[in-house]
Amino acid sequence: MSIAPEAFGFVRDLVRRESAIVLSQGKEYLVESRLLPVARAEGVAGIEGLIEKVRQQPHGPASRRLVEALTTNETSWFRDGDPFSALRSTVVPDLAPSRATSRRLRVWSAACSSGQEAYSTAMTLLETPAVADWSIEIVGTDLSSEMVQRARDGRYSQLEVNRGLPASSLVRYFERDGAGWRVNAQLRSMTRFSELNLMRPFPTVGRFDVVFLRNVLIYFDVETKRDILRRVRQVLAPDGYLYLGAAEMTMGVDDAWERVAAGRSSVYRRRKDVL
Amino acid sequence: MRALVIDDSKTMRRIVSRVLVGLGYEVVEAADGQQALDAMVEGPLPDLACVDWNMPVMDGLTYVTQVRANPAWRGVTLMMVTTESEHGQIVRALAAGAHEYLIKPFTPDALKDKLDLLGLIPVAAGEPS
Repeated sequence: MSIAPEAFGFVRDLVRRESAIVLSQGKEYLVESRLLPVARAEGVAGIEGLIEKVRQQPHGPASRRLVEALTTNETSWFRDGDPFSALRSTVVPDLAPSRATSRRLRVWSAACSSGQEAYSTAMTLLETPAVADWSIEIVGTDLSSEMVQRARDGRYSQLEVNRGLPASSLVRYFERDGAGWRVNAQLRSMTRFSELNLMRPFPTVGRFDVVFLRNVLIYFDVETKRDILRRVRQVLAPDGYLYLGAAEMTMGVDDAWERVAAGRSSVYRRRKDVL
Repeated sequence: MRALVIDDSKTMRRIVSRVLVGLGYEVVEAADGQQALDAMVEGPLPDLACVDWNMPVMDGLTYVTQVRANPAWRGVTLMMVTTESEHGQIVRALAAGAHEYLIKPFTPDALKDKLDLLGLIPVAAGEPS
């Protein structure tokens, strides 16, 4: 079977609206393969049945699961390259002077999936002269224990390393591992990964200078978003930076944040007048 | 923008060309490194050359070396597109002057990701992603 053009259009529009991820033509196969298990779990007949259910309850759990199935693990290395260039050009130069004594930088990849964001951050910081020789710690957390294990292993298939990873980074930071590749000891030593559910109180994670929380809040209702952003504020250094997904914003959710100009990225800081 | 697609496999040339044409490139194809050099001498210079490694007559690494040896061709961005996937081979290709390296098999999105890294996605083709 193959997905009807109308059905694909509906799914594409929904995913774009909810996640800012664009499913281009040719992703029909992805849509089918990811949505059939969701349809089964929802107890409906096929993708058409799932779409009917989502049409009836646009904000229901089926809708969220549909978007989730198509967006999670859609992860490439320097995904939306801009956040990483903003890290190098704006965020680090701003943070570095006040940390010149401790020479420490801590970053949290708060929905790390299989680890590409955390390792991309490590590579970016190693190539940012101001902090390249500092003590850098990148903490990756994810809801899924399977993802945490994958991230920790740092093993990626040939197809995965083809996605947005510059060849110069591949040869510098990866070694061959059977048919695939593995991040090298240097990157592994800068990162650690553990399970964490953003909806529950954070365990003692320490204080971070930068938090990546990209394309995560979209899965939660406004109350939960507000609660997560409030708790992120508590673990972020007063002058620290928060990254959200390109189409996400704190406005109307948690007004203690202000957007900072950093390329095209959605980067936020705590407003100085709000405690 | 112009691209030169160099591969001895007609199928591979078609796959790469289709993605590039879809992005708005004007594509010229060549079946080996020598044909590609000839095309560069005769015709307008490409902005991008996607080149296979193993080909008869002149292989991709030799082609890359030759292009880099000619200062007039400095503006051509070179990307190896090949099944050769050993660490040392990628290092060799980059040292010879290739700017990027895409390992076969690849998805159209992976090719677009590489072009994005190189800043070679024509503006009109940019998806709002």
